[in-house]
Amino acid sequence: MTAPIKHTVQLPAERARTTSFNEASARTRIELLLDAGSFVEFIGPAAREVSPHLKIFDIPEQFDDGIVVGRGRLDNSPVFIAAQEGRFMGGAFGEVHGAKLIGLLRAARELKSIPLLILFDTGGVRLQEANAGELAIAEIMRAVMEARTAGVKVIGLIGGRSGCYGGGGLIAGCCSALAVSEPGRIAVSGPEVIETNRGVEEFDSRDRALVWRTMGGKHRRLLGAADVFADDTVEGFRDAALELLGLVGTFDLDRLEAEQLRLADRLRNFGTCEDAVDIWTAEGIAHAEAIPELPADQFIALANKIGRTSRDAR
Amino acid sequence: MEDLSFQHRVRERADGTRRTAIIGVVASGNLEVLVERILPDAECQLEIKTAAVGFGEVWTAVIADFVERYSPGGLKFSINDGGARPDTVSLRLAQAVRLIEEDGQ
Amino acid sequence: MTLDEILASLFPDGHDVKNDGGVVFGSANLRSGGKSLVVGVANRTAVGVDEAIKLSSCVLDSLAQGSGPIFVLVDSDSQRMSKRDELLGLNEFLAHLAKSLIYADMNGRPTIGILYGHSAAGALLATGLATRVLVGVPGATPAVMDLPSMAKVTKLSIETLQEKAKSTAVFAPGLSNLSRMGAVQVTWNDEVSLADQLATLLTDIPDAHDRRDIHGKERGGRLKAAEIAERVRDLALHTH
Repeated sequence: MTAPIKHTVQLPAERARTTSFNEASARTRIELLLDAGSFVEFIGPAAREVSPHLKIFDIPEQFDDGIVVGRGRLDNSPVFIAAQEGRFMGGAFGEVHGAKLIGLLRAARELKSIPLLILFDTGGVRLQEANAGELAIAEIMRAVMEARTAGVKVIGLIGGRSGCYGGGGLIAGCCSALAVSEPGRIAVSGPEVIETNRGVEEFDSRDRALVWRTMGGKHRRLLGAADVFADDTVEGFRDAALELLGLVGTFDLDRLEAEQLRLADRLRNFGTCEDAVDIWTAEGIAHAEAIPELPADQFIALANKIGRTSRDAR
Repeated sequence: MEDLSFQHRVRERADGTRRTAIIGVVASGNLEVLVERILPDAECQLEIKTAAVGFGEVWTAVIADFVERYSPGGLKFSINDGGARPDTVSLRLAQAVRLIEEDGQ
Repeated sequence: MTLDEILASLFPDGHDVKNDGGVVFGSANLRSGGKSLVVGVANRTAVGVDEAIKLSSCVLDSLAQGSGPIFVLVDSDSQRMSKRDELLGLNEFLAHLAKSLIYADMNGRPTIGILYGHSAAGALLATGLATRVLVGVPGATPAVMDLPSMAKVTKLSIETLQEKAKSTAVFAPGLSNLSRMGAVQVTWNDEVSLADQLATLLTDIPDAHDRRDIHGKERGGRLKAAEIAERVRDLALHTH
């Protein structure tokens, strides 16, 4: 028997308010984001569905293969949810990992009325299973579009330690809407990969400020690459998810054509900008160089004023 | 990778009625512990897959200590270890027991 | 095969496909009659924001005015690795191209990818892997990541990786591995008319259902994916 441990019990809502989304595990993010006690996991760790490929490389497995999927309630309405564990293999997509998300998306497509939250925390494809990971991502992209076509709202939440890189960035670009926080990053190639391939003059991967200006949450929000900026708390992301669920519309050809215009406009307006600060200045922000230091609430107000969202064009 | 296995007889069963709990993440210097209430009350079992080879004696000592302190009767612990230090292992085992003794399922 | 050889063999009834700095687009006359949109990437060109926006524009214009299958010819590098492309949100441009192809495929314009050269990573996801049917031509060299880069990241030697690749199709580059995975539907014979092989494919084209995981299981390359997806789907449908 354990010696009794006295600790003050924090209500879940209080914990959600004070827990950093970035620092929390995938399981904690789900536990605190959804309505208390509502989460039911599918193929959880007790099922021991580990990667069949890691033992070739003598790499330890994780029982849930680094992704937690299931169903719960958000503000009393059912949602499907998938959360990647960014600290296991960098949250990267492997065969089993990807398949769990695909199954969830296919169920959502059939049910039509239950939204799906994807809590991205990934470096992209898991190299040890590169072909299976890449294929899983391609299947996920297809499954997201089929679900959206059936009327499902697919919301991406980005704020984990591994960011949303590689194929994860492409899946994010297929979502109905995205919320991102200050620590979140969205890109295709990672900073080190760009530096290795193109040299440090092209991109100094150790310049953290540069990485965040180029790929980080604030820039993505101002660029319109993400729709809502969230404070780095689980409550912040819960609120962002609810906000986006209330805003997202149906997917159709009009939306795709609007996105073509949105992206072409972006290229035309900012295609010769050297740095994010130049883009923010061009968007009409005075003292753009102060953006990185701006606290979340002030930044959110500023971003909403600028008005660049991808609503109806994603 | 190395597989290790331990069985212990203990004084009493772990509290509570929860059937499973999970804690931790598999990463360098970290580990995950899956605990399941599936054994007879006086028994305890630990199955370990570890990336750090050759530390059998350290595991033996850490586990003997843990079992003596917490008497986790009825529990099977399945561990995937990314090479955690002994104090991290002890912490996760204690967290696992605390979780499965919590109210709820 | 070169791009010109591919086009000549695929479309003996003529085409007006151009290669504009590595971005390929135009229309082709099908043997069965009618014109088809042809888009793609040539000369192992990296796919950046500029290439992607042009390609998606071609696809969307064709949805408004064209008909029939859409061909995606692929000989690309990976996505363009640059500060500028990431600054401008490359993930959205690549996703948008994939979405345009997927939308077309779901709305009466079957998409057929023809991998005849190289491709990798994000570029492959936005082109060949966003089609309904991906065909390989002998000599194609698709990769998720090249072995030297993989060696650097995994800290294993290239020789070690090559040795491990003998016993699994799951990570090493190559057409036959992607075929075993279920990504490449069929590999054509480059000594026989591609138009003939295309005609065969078109008469028996699969429906718009994504069965790549099932093919991966049938071919032995992915033994878990289809089963895990099906189990999660089943649990999700029946849990209230």
